[in-house]
Amino acid sequence: MGSGSGISCPITLNSSLTKEQQALYQNPAVIQKILNECKTIAIVGLSTDRQKASFFVASYLRSAGYRIIPVNPKAAQILDEPCYPNLASIPEPVDLVDIFRPAYECLDIVQEAIACKVKAVWLQLKIVHEEAAELARKAGLLTVMDCCVKMEHGRYCGGLHEAGMNTEIISAKRNHRFI
Amino acid sequence: MEAERNFGFDTRMIHAGHIPDTQTGARAVPIYQTSSFVFYDADHAAELFDLKQYGHIYSRISNPTVAVFEERLAALEGATGAVAVSSGMAAQLAVFMTLLEPGDEVVSSAHLYGGTVTQLTHTLKKMGIAVSYVDPTDIGAWEAAITPRTKALYGELIGNPRGSILDLEKVSALAATHRIPLIIDNTMATPYLCRPMEFGATIVVYSATKFIGGHGNSLGGLVLDSGKFDYSRYPAIAEPSPKYHNLRFFDTFGHYGFLMKVRVETVRDTGCCLSPMNAFLLIQGVETLSLRMDRHVDNALQVAKFLEGHPQVAWVSYAGLPSHPQHALAQKYLPRGPGAVLSFGIKAKSGEDLRLTGKHFIENLKLFSHLANIGDVRSLVIHPASTTHQQLTDEELRECGVGPELIRLSIGIETVEDLLWDLDQAFHAL
Repeated sequence: MGSGSGISCPITLNSSLTKEQQALYQNPAVIQKILNECKTIAIVGLSTDRQKASFFVASYLRSAGYRIIPVNPKAAQILDEPCYPNLASIPEPVDLVDIFRPAYECLDIVQEAIACKVKAVWLQLKIVHEEAAELARKAGLLTVMDCCVKMEHGRYCGGLHEAGMNTEIISAKRNHRFI
Repeated sequence: MEAERNFGFDTRMIHAGHIPDTQTGARAVPIYQTSSFVFYDADHAAELFDLKQYGHIYSRISNPTVAVFEERLAALEGATGAVAVSSGMAAQLAVFMTLLEPGDEVVSSAHLYGGTVTQLTHTLKKMGIAVSYVDPTDIGAWEAAITPRTKALYGELIGNPRGSILDLEKVSALAATHRIPLIIDNTMATPYLCRPMEFGATIVVYSATKFIGGHGNSLGGLVLDSGKFDYSRYPAIAEPSPKYHNLRFFDTFGHYGFLMKVRVETVRDTGCCLSPMNAFLLIQGVETLSLRMDRHVDNALQVAKFLEGHPQVAWVSYAGLPSHPQHALAQKYLPRGPGAVLSFGIKAKSGEDLRLTGKHFIENLKLFSHLANIGDVRSLVIHPASTTHQQLTDEELRECGVGPELIRLSIGIETVEDLLWDLDQAFHAL
């Protein structure tokens, strides 16, 4: 069936964030802006284990047309891409930093991301660090916390619907086939 | 773009899960009557099988028409997602097969549809799973039945055959204390009359054949998950799965983990999928769910009141009546009405066997259809003692909670005066 940005009902089902935090860090307009405008994604904490969540997310995003840059000090190459030990050593501009690391590491990673002048920072599902998120937001970065970038992409692009999940997107509009 | 709105229940009935597709713009939900779906290339195929991408592979696992039905019901229930299956029996079995391992136990309400009792007692036994039954209205009995091996609590919100009402908040609090999911069969109520997840249920199952489809033309079932249960300490969902290259479903898919496992393991392996044609027909029913349910419960209450005042009726069991022991619970959990299935006891004609009186009463009815189903737009009737349970003695019948005098009605959406007329003339003709 069709898919699109449509009008979405707020999904507050599966987050530990407060309503105020959700408004700041799970804002659908921010999420859609990131998905639409960010093309190069550095994934910090991308695992070499193909059955780990980070590997699923990275493979999915690559298939969806994003450029993936693995950041993992313990690996040389993941998903046929050279792997970097940290954000500072990536030799090209990065749009989005997607974080798969424990919450206590997030503040350092966000500081590094700000120094690298990235557009956006994303703390994955169940990774919550208020201070890190606030730092990113106040530095002018698009910021998302306690969400999964794959789930959110799947929500707006129809994949999650195909898996029978509740996207909470309702629309009677047909997307034009030539755009 | 400010793009958030909490759409209402009726809007969701019509629109959720179906955005007109780019290619055709079809407004009604198309029927994708196909077994399989073409891959772009070998890498795409590999990623789909590896669950690294979303997409349809084969209609035993997922199908576009079925997906509309799934998301629509998830949106109505306030669930994180849904898996549609071939029947209500398949839905509950899929839940048990996904959650339980040999040696596990389930504590279940005793007030269940007979087919469910057989499945729980005998089919689960073959899988090495033991079920203990409790009086659902006795919270102490639930608690006493839980052992360290208990992995789930199970019950029908509106129980068979007497319409007992499960105290959702109490039983779900008990489940939460023991860190196990509460599974509710909400077939009789539909998400329009009650959404058990709002009161703490983890998993809700439906026979969609009944009020959800509503027209008695298609079988189907549903499994829905709230997404709120922490499966990280629940081995069947959290630990590496040998059926899927040691995938950890909860770790990888988070709040979608349970439903993903239901779909890509249990339904894939057992083949209890819903056909696209049936999904389409069930969707037609869903689009008028609230309208039908309002009429169903209005008619049911009027029929219940009529029967309660009838001299040839011994008792009426409908939680919408103040005489029902769980009337207060029904008002709490089902403020719009406790469904449209009710039972009553017919008085024996003097000098006649009760079973015979019941049989004659059914034969006298002209508008009620005599069959074994509930939740049709048509009014339905069955007398278990002369049909489904005829091989049992009176004593055995009473042990099942289905005495020889019990007649079960599923009230349809016909003109209610005609239903009352039919019942009245059937009594008179005895």
